[in-house]
Amino acid sequence: MKTPPQTLDDFMAVALAMENEAVDRYTEFADMMETHNNGDVAALFRTMAGYETKHAQHIMAQMGWTAAPAVPRERICWPGYESPEAAPVDEVHYLMQPWHALQLALAAEQRAEAFFGELAAMTTNASVRAAALEMQAEEAEHVGLVKAWMAKLPPPDRDWSDDPDPPRYID
Amino acid sequence: MNELAPLATLGAADFKSAYKPIWCPGCGDYTVLSSLTKALATIQRPPHEVAVVSGIGCSSRIPAYTSCYGFHGVHGRALAAATGLKVARPDLTVIVTGGDGDGYSIGGNHFMHACRRNVDMTYIVMDNHVYGMTKGQASPTTEPDWDNKLSPGGTGIRAFHPLVIALAAGANFIGRGFSGDPNGTAAIIAQAIRHPGFSFVEILSPCITFRPEQKGWKEIVRAAPVDPTDDPALAARRIMTDDGFNIGVLYAGHRNPYPARVGLAERSVAELEREFEL
Amino acid sequence: MPPTHVPTPLAESPAIARSYSVAIAGSGGAGVMTAGSLLLDAAARAGLYGLMVRTSGPQIRGGEAAALLRLGPQPVATLDDRFDLLLAIDWQNLHRFADEIPLGAGSLLVGDSDAGEPPEALRAGGTRLHLLSLKKAAKASGGAWVNMIALGLAGALAGVPVQALQAALRASWKRGAEALAPNLAALQQGVAMAHGLPGERPLPLQPPAAAPAGRWLLSGNEAAGCGALRGGVRFVAAYPITPATELLEWMAPALTRVGGTLLQAEDELASVNMIIGASYGGVPSLTATAGPGLALMTEGIGLAVAAEVPIVVVDVMRGGPSTGIPAKSEQSDLSFAVDGLHGDAPRLVVAPNSIADCLAATEWAVQLAEALQAPAIVLSDQFMGQSRAVIDRPAQAGVAATRLTASAADTVDAPAYQRYLDTASGISPMAVPGTPGTVYTADGLEHSERGIPSSQAGDHRKQLDKRQRKLDRHDYGPQWADVEGDADLAVITFGSTTGAVREAVARAAVQGVALRLLSLRLLAPLRTESLAEALRGVRQVLVVEQNHGGQLLRYLRSRADLPGRASGLHRPGPLPLRPGELCAAFVDWVAAHAPQEATA
Repeated sequence: MKTPPQTLDDFMAVALAMENEAVDRYTEFADMMETHNNGDVAALFRTMAGYETKHAQHIMAQMGWTAAPAVPRERICWPGYESPEAAPVDEVHYLMQPWHALQLALAAEQRAEAFFGELAAMTTNASVRAAALEMQAEEAEHVGLVKAWMAKLPPPDRDWSDDPDPPRYID
Repeated sequence: MNELAPLATLGAADFKSAYKPIWCPGCGDYTVLSSLTKALATIQRPPHEVAVVSGIGCSSRIPAYTSCYGFHGVHGRALAAATGLKVARPDLTVIVTGGDGDGYSIGGNHFMHACRRNVDMTYIVMDNHVYGMTKGQASPTTEPDWDNKLSPGGTGIRAFHPLVIALAAGANFIGRGFSGDPNGTAAIIAQAIRHPGFSFVEILSPCITFRPEQKGWKEIVRAAPVDPTDDPALAARRIMTDDGFNIGVLYAGHRNPYPARVGLAERSVAELEREFEL
Repeated sequence: MPPTHVPTPLAESPAIARSYSVAIAGSGGAGVMTAGSLLLDAAARAGLYGLMVRTSGPQIRGGEAAALLRLGPQPVATLDDRFDLLLAIDWQNLHRFADEIPLGAGSLLVGDSDAGEPPEALRAGGTRLHLLSLKKAAKASGGAWVNMIALGLAGALAGVPVQALQAALRASWKRGAEALAPNLAALQQGVAMAHGLPGERPLPLQPPAAAPAGRWLLSGNEAAGCGALRGGVRFVAAYPITPATELLEWMAPALTRVGGTLLQAEDELASVNMIIGASYGGVPSLTATAGPGLALMTEGIGLAVAAEVPIVVVDVMRGGPSTGIPAKSEQSDLSFAVDGLHGDAPRLVVAPNSIADCLAATEWAVQLAEALQAPAIVLSDQFMGQSRAVIDRPAQAGVAATRLTASAADTVDAPAYQRYLDTASGISPMAVPGTPGTVYTADGLEHSERGIPSSQAGDHRKQLDKRQRKLDRHDYGPQWADVEGDADLAVITFGSTTGAVREAVARAAVQGVALRLLSLRLLAPLRTESLAEALRGVRQVLVVEQNHGGQLLRYLRSRADLPGRASGLHRPGPLPLRPGELCAAFVDWVAAHAPQEATA
């Protein structure tokens, strides 16, 4: 991890940014799936976007913010290019099934959980540590919820990505 | 939207239109769109003062997905249309977008001359080493041994080096981004827009449908291990030995941009006609 | 709309006034073009009208060349059937010009006695040959140029007063005063030689007592450029091509002075797209090219049709197909201009029919393009583009073009701005980038009214109908054609051929043969109703044009109901159609179509 945040405000700003990126990402996925007539998965991603929105609103309420504070690039401390909670754009597929969507969400929550744990271990600021541990616990809860949800869903078909039709020309 | 939001509160969302892209889920262009809108949000201009000009191809669909004025022209000619637009309307911020086929093949000649002319605009090429829209032919940046229907076994022709061409032809700013790094790419685009003259940003943007192996790009892409330079000779050495996966601003030069010449009329047309009088 | 050519009753036709045709020819260094230009200028100063056409060999410098002039008391729009005088400084390769410099009984052939024998091809029966010491005289005149001898000689034979010749030379002189004197002397010598020529010669002209006021001297290319500026063009993208380059070169500094700009493009693919981009940005834009360039531009012109972006493309036609004959005129791009786009792609095609008309027709094309948000092709040609003529002062400039633009007020009743809104006129308000509230994406893809790409049948039909309707419903006024006379046999033509046709019709009238003349200025959309009205009472039509395939004839037959059995008189370039041969052909045609005797 790059330098962890040193103040509670900075930490919560980072956490909020993560939630907002997750909202944007799930919303984008939902739009993609809707455009490709994959309604079930679209609905699922919208639900995920809704959850992340609630988390974001919770942080804003907790901090008394009306707008998300900007996080300068130097303060971005997550590893890799994107926030741990943003599912990678190249892991969706137009034929994906709800189980896959949840698998993405699960991975995202697990990454977030690991991130907060690591941050808590690395920070020297007590209030930051406390907040990070709290976040980690919440993410762990989400992990559990997603797993339970997945258990209710049928596993994906073996040939879920088979499409007998070749791609089309449109331009 | 019909209302002008105050500049201070413009965010990336203000630069997105209501239209949902038709790109395949998993396409890198989604995050490029996101990066572009994030970058535009930082330049302190409302969407209606920005024009996005494109050619033909998947990446060229971008203008309608922004809330800026858009021009979706014909294959390969975006730079020409954008040049005319910017020279006639120097007050607008002009962004040109397209893919590697549109930009380097049919658009190759215009690409060279746009770099040479150095009109102030930003050219973003979403490079996926393939003609995606027409279903998977080799493009000028495709590896010579990539098997495809039009050239079974691969073209056998060395790939085009767009950054080298851009530098040699006179582009004033050269950067490379990766769609898997939306914030980093947004920063490069923002810098490109601010840099005067012709700014060229190539963005590696995998094609999930025809080049699924490009998912592996995220493992090999790296931050360029050097700082941007304004020395063309140094930039040339770096770019010529670059393996195509170094991300960052590689060159930021000091050429004067093509001067805006529209302006005050010194004469009326009637005065000009005197030259014909006997 | 400003009036252009006011139809003149045939009896007053200026075309049958006496004129004098002179060709000045020679090889590299002889300066025949300069001599010809000065002669035209001098004739203008003397109150005469004139037309000068250039012809040359393929060399860039130094090859054979000839200046072909026709001078007279009335505006000149065509060369005559033969030249009164061919003055050749040398004979090298001049046989190549034999077809272009027809001579006949009574024509004077004047050459240099040291230049050998004139080529057989120029010795038509009855020409009078005079050989004079032209080069020697120039040398003796203190190192003057031989073309000054030629200028004096030709000018005097034509009837241009020496004062006018001197004034023209002085006005053009760019070197030191000491060098001017021997050349003025050489000019005088040439005049003296003319007076000293024995034997008969064609009558010289009688210049008027006073020169008519306010006339211009310019080329068709310059006139078109000027018309573009009057129309409001302020952005030009340029790629050089013969014979359009001078138009672009004239516009470069002119545009800057009126606050516009010209940009040189890397090719015609770029130039057409540049003007589309600039016009999309709200600035009336134009480019100029010839056949091969127009071929490259068709994709762009189609984009302008589909995205409804106004542009003007001037096509200065030359010999085709392909590279063809770049420096010679022909009217063979008509089919391509009216039909040469893929898809159903209505566009405007305007054809100026004289050097003077290049100004008004181009201005009109700009106005139409802007009003109808469509591309307009101006079909000029090399004959008009690169020839210079003395013309009467063009009518006062009309109103500069106006485009129907959109403001936020246009979005009050709609959820979003509809760039391609279906309207009764077919014209939708067009937003200018930079305007809040009317953001849209212009598209070559078929689209909905909002401008979103669409493959729906309803959208395609609506947009196709709209793009056709906006052109069809426009009121083009009287400028669509020049209609002269009311005979029941009509000759139809377009472009530069009009000058020769008009004179031929006037000559036929003198012989008692009456013809109606139509010179079409608006070729697309074809105004079939106006055409039918103009042909009311006509039994037969003859379509005259300078191309191999009878393109206008085929076009009219395919789009309009022509009376009787339409026939064509067409010949490809490089030679112009001349009034005498046309008159003879018209008389024969009329005779062949004499009305049937009424049967009892």
